[in-house]
Amino acid sequence: MDKIIYLDNAATTRMLPEAVEGMIPYFAEYYGNASSIYRLGQESRKAVSRAREIIGNSIHADAAEIYFTGGGSESDNWALLEAARSYESRGKHIITSAIEHHAVLHTCRRLEKMGFEVTYVDVDEEGILKLEDLKRAIRPDTILISVMFANNEIGTLQPIKEIGDIAKENNILFHTDAVQAYGHVPIDVDELSVDMLSASGHKLHGPKGVGFLYIRKGVKIRSFIHGGAQERNRRAGTENVPGIVGFGIAAEHAAAGMEEETRKVAALRDYLIQRIEQEVPYCRLNGHRTRRLSNNVNFSFRFIEGESLLIMLDQKGICASSGSACTSGALDPSHVLLAIGLPHEIAHGSLRLTLSGENTVEELDYVVDAVKGIVGRLRQMSPLYEDFIKGKGKENV
Amino acid sequence: MYSEKVMDHFTNPRNMGEIDNPSGVGTVGNAKCGDIMRIYLDVDENRVIRECKFKTFGCGAAVATSSMATELVKGKTVEEALQVTNKAVMEALDGLPPVKVHCSLLAEEAIHAALWDYAQKNGIEIEGLQKPKNDIHEDDGEEEY
Repeated sequence: MDKIIYLDNAATTRMLPEAVEGMIPYFAEYYGNASSIYRLGQESRKAVSRAREIIGNSIHADAAEIYFTGGGSESDNWALLEAARSYESRGKHIITSAIEHHAVLHTCRRLEKMGFEVTYVDVDEEGILKLEDLKRAIRPDTILISVMFANNEIGTLQPIKEIGDIAKENNILFHTDAVQAYGHVPIDVDELSVDMLSASGHKLHGPKGVGFLYIRKGVKIRSFIHGGAQERNRRAGTENVPGIVGFGIAAEHAAAGMEEETRKVAALRDYLIQRIEQEVPYCRLNGHRTRRLSNNVNFSFRFIEGESLLIMLDQKGICASSGSACTSGALDPSHVLLAIGLPHEIAHGSLRLTLSGENTVEELDYVVDAVKGIVGRLRQMSPLYEDFIKGKGKENV
Repeated sequence: MYSEKVMDHFTNPRNMGEIDNPSGVGTVGNAKCGDIMRIYLDVDENRVIRECKFKTFGCGAAVATSSMATELVKGKTVEEALQVTNKAVMEALDGLPPVKVHCSLLAEEAIHAALWDYAQKNGIEIEGLQKPKNDIHEDDGEEEY
């Protein structure tokens, strides 16, 4: 493949070479089942335990509170479905936000079909949860609050500590989907009063197909995948040993280098934001300017549609993503962009660029030039732009 | 995801642009759904489409179907142009992914809307042509702005 500029790190990341290296022996050399009694199996057991220690430490939890899963979506499904079923004798009301990942939102829809009531708390125009609305949504029968740590599209960091405190005061379980945040921002589950936390390996240069759910000691949720006694009887299925090993190594690297990485990536982010704002007319930055993930840039460009932009960027070797419906086959654009108040046609023209420490200023310069050129070209093709230029549109567009 | 032909028409769209004082213009679609197509026609006194141009806000398939639709109607009489269906546009593009079939329908509608406008302006009737239902031509399609 020709040289690519990868700016879709919120979708997935390039694996850390050390993580790949570390996984390799667990495919064909130490391939034993971690549940087996012989030494070959115990090698696998040890490797899983090491990774569990690293990950427990990384969020200031006990290793025994970390349960490996098949990924972030499974962790979210487990946390919500089983917390609801395990605590339904106390009530059948759940609170979440309007901008959750579909792994949470679609699980909530399922819970509604099962007879639970769900309140979707709104966010402000920068994508931050309205805490007053959250407080007002709490009822005597509320059993669970689930709010994401950081949004996958616009990168907004939620007031997790405040939400955790509110949940704790009201004796309600608090789950956070930290798939985009874990490994990128410091997390202390005690300080934040988080009861359950979902994370995924491949968002921090680890492997795909592995994640974890942190479950605070004392939270009594049943298992989601039934079968063997793995993960202390709570998540059946033979452990994905190579995946867990790779996840552990990636988590360790992310924790050790977090400060430096954040500083570097945030500087790249701010450079990219500044150049686009200055050089591409009729654009708007989506999400909060400072309370956002260090790697997230999300813009809407008026009068154009995202999929066309993505294909043309791809032709220039740039990997990016969009909140446009046309990338997913649905008619409605991203629920996140609609929730922050964007009109449909502006939400359709959105572009998400998510960076990593591997990106360079030179790459971003190339990307800005490409975006400028492509947006200009698509506007020349756009009847909306034609109308705007001819003054047919309303003034405040 | 897209055929080579679709990619070709997306990357090098034919007949993109505007026509000054067109014989007919039609705009269809909905910014809400993410697709708006506008077709301009220049029709001569023998009812032959001399020139056809388009502008499109939409995905790759929307651009490619617009481009192909203009190619297919150019040089045809208005009656012949009416026979250019979405199926013909799709076939000419070597197919579209199922979720993008609506783009080809929109292209057909845009042609019809432009033909309707031409017929209205000239006080003529084109047999088989009905008033397009989602023509947002001129001033009535601006509610989003």
